[in-house]
Amino acid sequence: MMTSIETIRADFPILQRTVKDHPLAYLDNAASSQKPLAVLQAMDDYYRHTNANVHRGVHTLSEEATRLYEGARGRIGRFINAGSSKEIIFTRNATEAINLVAYSWGLDNLGPGDEVLITEMEHHANIVPWQLVCQRTGATLRYIPIDARGDLRLDLLDELLTERTRLFAFVAMSNVLGTINPTAQLVARAHTVGALALVDGAQSVPHMPVDVQALDCDFLVFSGHKMCGPTGIGVLYGRRDLLEQMPPFMGGGDMIREVHMDGSRWNSLPWKFEAGTPAIAEAIGLGAAVDYLSELGMPWVREQEHALVNYAVEKLSQVEGLRIIGPDGDQRGGVVAFTLDDIHPHDIAAILDSEGIAIRAGHHCAQPIHDHFGIVATARASFYFYNTFEEVDRLVAAMEKVQSVFSF
Amino acid sequence: MDQLYREAILDHYRYPRHKGHLDDPDVSYHDHNPFCGDEITLELNIEDGVVVDAAFDGRGCAISQASASMMTEEIIGKPLEELRGWTKDDILELLGIEIGPVRLKCALLPLKALKAGVWGIEDWPHEE
Ligand SMILES: Cc1ncc(COP(=O)(O)O)c(C=O)c1O
Repeated sequence: MMTSIETIRADFPILQRTVKDHPLAYLDNAASSQKPLAVLQAMDDYYRHTNANVHRGVHTLSEEATRLYEGARGRIGRFINAGSSKEIIFTRNATEAINLVAYSWGLDNLGPGDEVLITEMEHHANIVPWQLVCQRTGATLRYIPIDARGDLRLDLLDELLTERTRLFAFVAMSNVLGTINPTAQLVARAHTVGALALVDGAQSVPHMPVDVQALDCDFLVFSGHKMCGPTGIGVLYGRRDLLEQMPPFMGGGDMIREVHMDGSRWNSLPWKFEAGTPAIAEAIGLGAAVDYLSELGMPWVREQEHALVNYAVEKLSQVEGLRIIGPDGDQRGGVVAFTLDDIHPHDIAAILDSEGIAIRAGHHCAQPIHDHFGIVATARASFYFYNTFEEVDRLVAAMEKVQSVFSF
Repeated sequence: MDQLYREAILDHYRYPRHKGHLDDPDVSYHDHNPFCGDEITLELNIEDGVVVDAAFDGRGCAISQASASMMTEEIIGKPLEELRGWTKDDILELLGIEIGPVRLKCALLPLKALKAGVWGIEDWPHEE
């Protein structure tokens, strides 16, 4: 479907606001996206008309809430083409989904001599849980390095991905470099050595078509708040046979079938992994978000961002003293991280904020990447389908202002 | 112009005072803020409980470096007794701006180094 950007922007109330007397240019979408009216309304409607706990009551509201909650699960499953909604586990965010796999699968299946393979371009969310679980189990954590352009050193894959590797966990798209990794190919390589593959889809699911059956991945994680949905809801997709074998991550209500003083029996999938009252309104909000995205069409979303990022890379490269890290426009998602002269990224972001432009500055929870390039921090502009070429122009023009403030 | 970068701050950032090292400092303390990579080394010479000379070296954002330059200039000639009572307000007064919580960490790094270097107070500032 093709709609004009103006119509789409009108769906997002926050995009009409001003910041420091300028129209807001929101270019921090990799951190969190804005929410369309459809999502706000779905959550508002739920609280106004349906609100009740799920899976428990026999009264009307509880039945309706359960239907909405489980309906959202089904729609989210179809959005990534999962074979069954039993494979969709609701978590708080991508981070919790990775921790679920690390603690449930990892503690049970890893031991001395085993290896977990990740990459140098991971978000801390896909590093620290593995460091913790490897420490506890005696397994070894290995990293695929990145090259000077910001691509994975796939020439080292044979050396690093071996029959000792039990799990290969990697990011589909880097939140700093924008690198889009050859996900299906990497999953297939993991499977040839008998390893499982976990895909960190926090930056891919919001921005491009993702089909878990085509990827053939064992686990995929993502966060609702980066894809037009609310905070507090994320997803673990897991292959059904694996999830069946894994022990619960957290214990409590909802995840059990029977509880006795001497032990308990677990509920079936997906509820085995959803202890306690879940984020019901948030799940419903995420359901509305995937409907919204499906209506736009994910191939269109990707195309739109591709055009924006190509334009941004081209324009920013012309700014003297500006250095972009990461691959060329074509193999890049909608993210541009850069440095400008030796101006600290915090100072860049603060000046941009005074122009109404929101970007992020820092290490973006990916310190190893910054270590690799020998820098402590970068400024990062990241796009979503509702951004415009004019906003890119404003970003580029603001670089001159930054340079004039900090010229010596 | 953005209120955060008033001229005095930019001036101290561009032309830092007392930047470098002392020959034989009585106190030398290095601190950094891993979140944004600001770094500072603060050096002091102390006689009879008074700061007689001070220098800093470091790198980082304009706020952290201007704060270091302004503070270093200000503490020379002051008794430690007096400096011990310094709080975040003394630094904000020097900078002459209001700042949000993230940049506050940048602004307070030099005073944090002073407190840790002279009195061994490692946990300042406490989160409010
Ligand atoms: C690649 C990647 N993985 C994981 C995460 C973690 O997401 P969350 O903080 O929502 O759990 C992020 C968020 O920035 C990310 O960009």
